[in-house]
Amino acid sequence: MDSSISTRYTVNKIITYTVLIIFAIIMLVPFVWMILTAIKTNQEAISVDPFYVFPHNGWHFENFATVWKSYNFITLYKNTILFIIFRVICACLTATMAGYAFGRLEFPGKKIMFSLVLIQMMIPSQIFVIPQYLMVSKLHILNTTAGLVFPGLVTAFGTYLLKTGYQSLPKDLEEAAAIDGCNIGQTFLFIMLPLTRSSMVSLGIFTALFAFKDLMWPMIVCTNASTTTLSAGLAKMQGQYGSDYPAMMAAAVLAIVPMIVIYIIFQKQFVEGIATSGGKL
Amino acid sequence: MAKKKMTPSQKRQAIWGWAFILPTMLGLIVLNYYPAINTVYQSLCKTGDFGKGNIFVGLNNYKSVLGSAEMWQSLWNTVKYAIVEVPLGIVIALVLAVLMQKKLAGKTLFRTLFFLPMVCAPAAVAMVWKWLYNQQFGLLNNVFHTNVAWISDPKIAWISVGIIGVWSIIGYNMVLFIGGLQEIPKDYYEAAQIDGASSLRQFFSITVPLLSPTTFFIVQTRIIGALTVFDLMFMVMDKTNLALNKTQSIVYLFYTYAFTNGNRGYGAAIVMVLVVFIMIVTFFLQKLEKKIVYYN
Repeated sequence: MDSSISTRYTVNKIITYTVLIIFAIIMLVPFVWMILTAIKTNQEAISVDPFYVFPHNGWHFENFATVWKSYNFITLYKNTILFIIFRVICACLTATMAGYAFGRLEFPGKKIMFSLVLIQMMIPSQIFVIPQYLMVSKLHILNTTAGLVFPGLVTAFGTYLLKTGYQSLPKDLEEAAAIDGCNIGQTFLFIMLPLTRSSMVSLGIFTALFAFKDLMWPMIVCTNASTTTLSAGLAKMQGQYGSDYPAMMAAAVLAIVPMIVIYIIFQKQFVEGIATSGGKL
Repeated sequence: MAKKKMTPSQKRQAIWGWAFILPTMLGLIVLNYYPAINTVYQSLCKTGDFGKGNIFVGLNNYKSVLGSAEMWQSLWNTVKYAIVEVPLGIVIALVLAVLMQKKLAGKTLFRTLFFLPMVCAPAAVAMVWKWLYNQQFGLLNNVFHTNVAWISDPKIAWISVGIIGVWSIIGYNMVLFIGGLQEIPKDYYEAAQIDGASSLRQFFSITVPLLSPTTFFIVQTRIIGALTVFDLMFMVMDKTNLALNKTQSIVYLFYTYAFTNGNRGYGAAIVMVLVVFIMIVTFFLQKLEKKIVYYN
């Protein structure tokens, strides 16, 4: 009896590991192939023999340097970083204020205003794109960071997320602050805001990832190669040099490596941030 | 209507409250509510030459959009993409999440790996898959000694793109499932074990019903996400691809008309079709939620 349970246990373990390892390999293969292609010559890349996976004429790391220069990656990184930073600042700033008001204060019109926040989250964002583009064009901020950031100045999702964060704080905090002589602004800034740090981190990560992955908006507002982001830059490169496979793969590696490094360092925050916010990416 | 006079403290709260929500509300009105209404208006207009000016044409755009075989095909393509991505992405993620509940060595490593596509730009992901799918030089055809036109054969290209979608989303769904699984009380399983229920029985009698709110949330967000797919389609299916018509999604079609061709009125009408379609789907999902989701 005892031994049959332990056999079943072992069989279970083996099946579990087998399934997990198979999927781990499926997840890894595209990344590995991307890197291996990136260090080959084009000749090698197109004479692929699956049993000859490693480059045999030396590892051509200079592909990265070539791509770096010819596609102006410094500009792409700079544009993307600025885009992300401003989106995150705007989202956190406006959402934390609105979230606090919706979560902790009473004021006339609150219900109607909050329903406007909720309704926005249910509308497919594609319906906003054409008029947003026309506004950006009228403001003469096409091909600028301001134009990229524009639709993300405020966030309904972030407001909702922060409202939930503020609501979960204990009830008597304000009273204690009022006794100490804080007005509402001071209570918010010095007592409540620091306590919602984890919600803010979630929103920040969510906003940064969303901006980093966004393709359509940067393609629309930044038609100029020197003003665009990494994602939209890749789309442009593929259109122009699609058959130089090592160059394409080197560019793809350069585009995703910084975010992967950040992800591996702040893994816990990333996974928890996405899981708790449950936002749609 | 006699208004109750506010106490000074209520007044203060009202002023602070409005001051705090003002930036967000103004932003939502200018950036979202006005554009939504403006898109409806644009869908009733013809875009003038060189993209300048709007000429009111009534329902003309809708007549041509609803009469366009291309639009219906794209809508159908989008549904087909969702049929591949949503169920596969969810079932695989659920299996992985359940397996990850056990005591395992290297759990964090697996989780990191499965979640990795979530932090990659879809543009880069699509480029790599396009290379793997390459008919002449791609890894897939070489490993399996086949000669399949993965992304240019109209019969299978939609599945190939769907698979990229599944690969990209598994980790995200899995993380949400893990969160849902952790909320199921452990004593339910202990009680079932004492009663001698097998792990399969436990899965279907405890895990599935108690996880249903999480599952429903994922199903709903994934369906809407899949119906608005753009990035993968745009990167994988270039304009000269033979399978473009049988694969491109409705948002891709919208992008082509509104921004590549500069026909904003027609593009706006396509968006309206998408919005109505998503509203119908959401309506039925809400009905379904009441029937199948088990809330404690």
